[in-house]
Order: sequence, then structure tokens, then C-alpha cells
Amino acid sequence: MTSPITRKRWFFAYAALAPILAIYLFVRIIPIGRTFLMSFRNWDLIALNKPFIGMANYLELLKDPSFQTSLVNTTVIAFGIVILSVPAALLVAVLLSRPRKLSAFYETAYFLPVVTSMVPATLAWKWILDADLGPLNQFIGFFGMSPKAWLIEPGLAIFSIILLSAWKVLGYNMIIFLVGIRNIPATYYEAATIDGATNLQRFRYITLPQLRPILLFVSVITVIQSYNVYTQVYVLASDAQGAPGYVVRVLVYDMIENGFRFFRMGYASAEAMVLLLIVMTLTLLQFAFLRERT
Amino acid sequence: MSTVSAERQAQAAKQSRQLGTLLRETSSEIVLFVGAIVMMMPFLWMLSTALKTPAEILTWPPRLIPQEATLANFVTVFTTAPFGLWLLNSLILAVVSTLGILLTSSVAGYVLAKFSFPGRAALFTIILATAIVPFEVYMIPLYLAARDLGVINTLPGILLPFVIMSFGIFFIRQNVIASIPDELIEAGRIDGASELWIFGRVVMPLLTGPLSALGIFAFMQAWNQFVWPLLVANSKALYTAEVGLALFQTGFTINFGAVSAGSVISVLPILTVFIILRKQIINGVALSGLKG
Repeated sequence: MTSPITRKRWFFAYAALAPILAIYLFVRIIPIGRTFLMSFRNWDLIALNKPFIGMANYLELLKDPSFQTSLVNTTVIAFGIVILSVPAALLVAVLLSRPRKLSAFYETAYFLPVVTSMVPATLAWKWILDADLGPLNQFIGFFGMSPKAWLIEPGLAIFSIILLSAWKVLGYNMIIFLVGIRNIPATYYEAATIDGATNLQRFRYITLPQLRPILLFVSVITVIQSYNVYTQVYVLASDAQGAPGYVVRVLVYDMIENGFRFFRMGYASAEAMVLLLIVMTLTLLQFAFLRERT
Repeated sequence: MSTVSAERQAQAAKQSRQLGTLLRETSSEIVLFVGAIVMMMPFLWMLSTALKTPAEILTWPPRLIPQEATLANFVTVFTTAPFGLWLLNSLILAVVSTLGILLTSSVAGYVLAKFSFPGRAALFTIILATAIVPFEVYMIPLYLAARDLGVINTLPGILLPFVIMSFGIFFIRQNVIASIPDELIEAGRIDGASELWIFGRVVMPLLTGPLSALGIFAFMQAWNQFVWPLLVANSKALYTAEVGLALFQTGFTINFGAVSAGSVISVLPILTVFIILRKQIINGVALSGLKG
């Protein structure tokens, strides 16, 4: 039997949560559910009839060269960002783990890109990478290399996107590593010093094994976040004619084009479900690793 | 004789160890410093381009330090595009979004932490589970919902997805559990205070720290939005600074200087907040990151 006081509290809890839950349903839960349902329909924005077509959208995706290119590009970009940003972030974190005179300056310099919004950050890179006037071509010229079309040649354009995205996420990864390193008991290092271990040995046999779970966490979270890559591609690859995305096609770009340009929203929803599936798989892997640790 | 040489040896070893440490420290410092300059380069280049004359921007080889610095680009960006309006839109969006997230997160976080009622665990699980889903996944149905609501091409439409934050609810809930004892709330109830009064006068004042951390994040998140405003804002007058900049640079005549000046201005608010609150922001990231 619930007492009147308990019921009064329930009432307060429900009354307080109701409006929040309503917003939550409207902007989050229902759209997620609808993505799933729409992915099984021929959902054209203009057509009145939106028939159920089962797995047809998914089957078409399997044969769609544009989707395949997008999936491959996005995957290359996501893993490229990890390969470029994680070791660099680890190195900086190890060097910064000891207090330095310029610590505040270093922290600011490495972390600043994380809080900078993507559009201006990408614009800044766009001029650095500019084939005709960019300082990067000037810089590689000092080493006798010929200028490169960083934003136009497909392979280089993908590399450029990886480079700029790694630059942006490096500081975040560095901070997570720093916390991890500072949580390693100092006694481990003291013992190693007494035993005459070199810095490299201390890193190899103490820091690295102790950081393993965090290393995994950072890598997986970087891959997950990188699968949504869009803004960089949109801004970097758009030329003077305003026709972006043809050089480097990525998942979200392909999805938006199918949904909002060709109005094939059912098809685009199927793409969204593929993105969700990838992210969910990686997240579950993450949880499995975390469980293994504890 | 042998003791002297042993002493000498020990001294030499000590010296070489000191030299090694010095060398190591210097090289570490150099690596960090060069890395820091590389990280700052895009910002420096952005600022440099913003200060250059149109003629100098098109000169090869490019220089980092402008030969004759000018502020003309900062004027141009406001006169050739409604950049002031775009900044205002971004500001409105960021402020309202922050207030919305603070309100919804504190209410939901508190209730989920301190009230036991049927369905609580399920509710919390749903909030956590949907937090995993990237925005891009459910963006199309959300667009359709916004269209049905008639808010496409309006500021409320741009704001729509950003008044709640799963992480915010989770973050406040954890903080309430960690820092507000049940006895405090019970004491208020025994004194005859209403639940609303307890929330407003007892709980909220104890949450100023976490709420300000969350507020900074919410503000940055809203200021940095791109995809959704790009989809929802169709008329130029509704662009945010982000969208305006991205579309401004695709025009037929690109004014590099003006776009750079616009970039500098749009980065400035976040930059200032970051430099002032660097410690809190970095600690917040560390905390939230490790909790996943």
C-alpha cells in the first residue's frame, strides 16, 4: 500500500518530468524510431503514398557505388584520424605530465582547436592547404617537393580531412591521457627508478600497460565521433562554384544528399541505420572492453 | 689510488647523467614548443589573412606577418554580408539553448536522483541509451517533425533539438547523488517546505558548480552547431555565424580577407571564454570523458 506522502512525491516527480519527457520524445525518441520505420519504406517527400518495401532500401544500398565510396571514405577517415591523433596525443600527454614552466601555454595551444567551431577551423586549414597560395606548399617547397593539389586530388583531399580532424581532436585525447597518466600511482615510477629503469623503459613497462584501457577508450571514441564527419568535408571540398562534396564523399554527406536533394528519405534513413549500426557496434565493443577491465 | 679513480668515475657518471637529463628536458621542451606552434598555426594564419590587403593575399610567397596590416576586412565582412545578424542569431541560439539545457537537466537530474517512483530505472536507461545515437541518424525524421510543427526556417526551429541534453541530465544526476544528502531534503520537508521550494532554494544553490560547467558546454555546443541550422535555415537572415561563413565562402567571388575576418570574429567569443575558464573546461572534459 502506498502512503499519501509517497503518492504526493510520485506526483511531483511525474509532473516535473512530464514536459521534459515530452520534448525528449518529440526531438529524440520518436525521430529515432521513425528512422528505423522509414528505412523500410519508399518514403518520398513529395509522393503521398509511401509504400512498405521491406529490405529493398538496404539491398539497393549494397549495390549503390556512391554509398560504397562514402562508406569506404568515412572508414578511412575515421581510422586515419585515430592513427594520426592518438599517438601524437599520447606523446604530448607524456611530455606534459610533469609540470613545466610553459604548461599553461602548451595546454592552451593543444586544446584550443577542440573548442574552436568547425567552420572557421576548416576555413583556416583551407587556406593553409590552398594549392596556389597556401603556406603548406611553400613549406614543402623548402624541402624540394613540388606543390600539391591538397584539396582537389582525391587521395590528398582525404588526407587533408584526416589531418585537420586529427588536429582538432588531438587536444581532447591529450587531456584524457593526461588524467590517465596522473592516476598511475607514483610508487610504480619510484620503484622503477630505484631499479635503474630509463625513461623509455618506464614508458614501455609502466605508462603504456597502465594506460591500455584508456588508450582503447580514446581510440574507440575517436572512431565513433569521426564516423559523423560532415562539416569539414562540406567546407573543405566546396569550391567557388559551391558544389561541395564531390571530391570526398562521406556517409552523412551522401545521406543528406539522398534525403534533401533527391527527397529519397526512406533510402537516406536506411543509410542512417547503417551509420547507427556501426556506432552501436563500436559502443558495445567499448562496453565489453570496460567490463573486461573491471 | 683506486679510491681516487672510483670517485672520479662516479663524478663523471653523475655529470653525464645530468647532461642526459638536460638533453632530454631540452628536447622534450623543443618537441612541445614546435608542436604548440604547429597547433596554433591555423589560428595565426587566419588572423594574418584577416589583416592583409586583397592584393597581398594573392601574393606568392605568402607571409605570416602582413606587410601593411589593415582592418578593412573586418568592415567588409559586416557590409557585404549580414554578418552582424548571423552573430546575433548564433548568440540567441546559444543563450536560449544553454538556459533550456540547464533547466531541463537540473529538474530531470534532480528528480531522477532523489525520487523513487515506478519507471525511474527504465526512464534513465532510455535517456542513456539514446545518448549514444548520433544526431545525424535521426535528423531526417526530426526535420519532418519540425516541418509538421511549422518551424522550418524559424529560430525556434533551429533551437528545437538543443533544449535538452542527455549528458546534462546524467551529469546533474551524478552530482546530486554525490553532493546532496537525503537528510537535507528531508529536513526541508519536515519544516513543511514544498517540493518546488526545496528544489529552488535548497538543491539549486548547491549545484552552481556543476551547472556552470554544464552551461559552458551547452553554450559551446550550440555555438558550434552546423548541420541542423544549415538544413533548417533557408533564408539568409536566419543563418548562424557558422552557416553564414560556410555559405559565404562558396560565393562566386571569394573574398579571402573578409571570410578570414569573419572567422576570427566567430572564433573570438569561445576563445575568450576558454582562455578565462581554461582550468574548469579542461577539468570538465577530463571528468566527462572518463565517464564516457
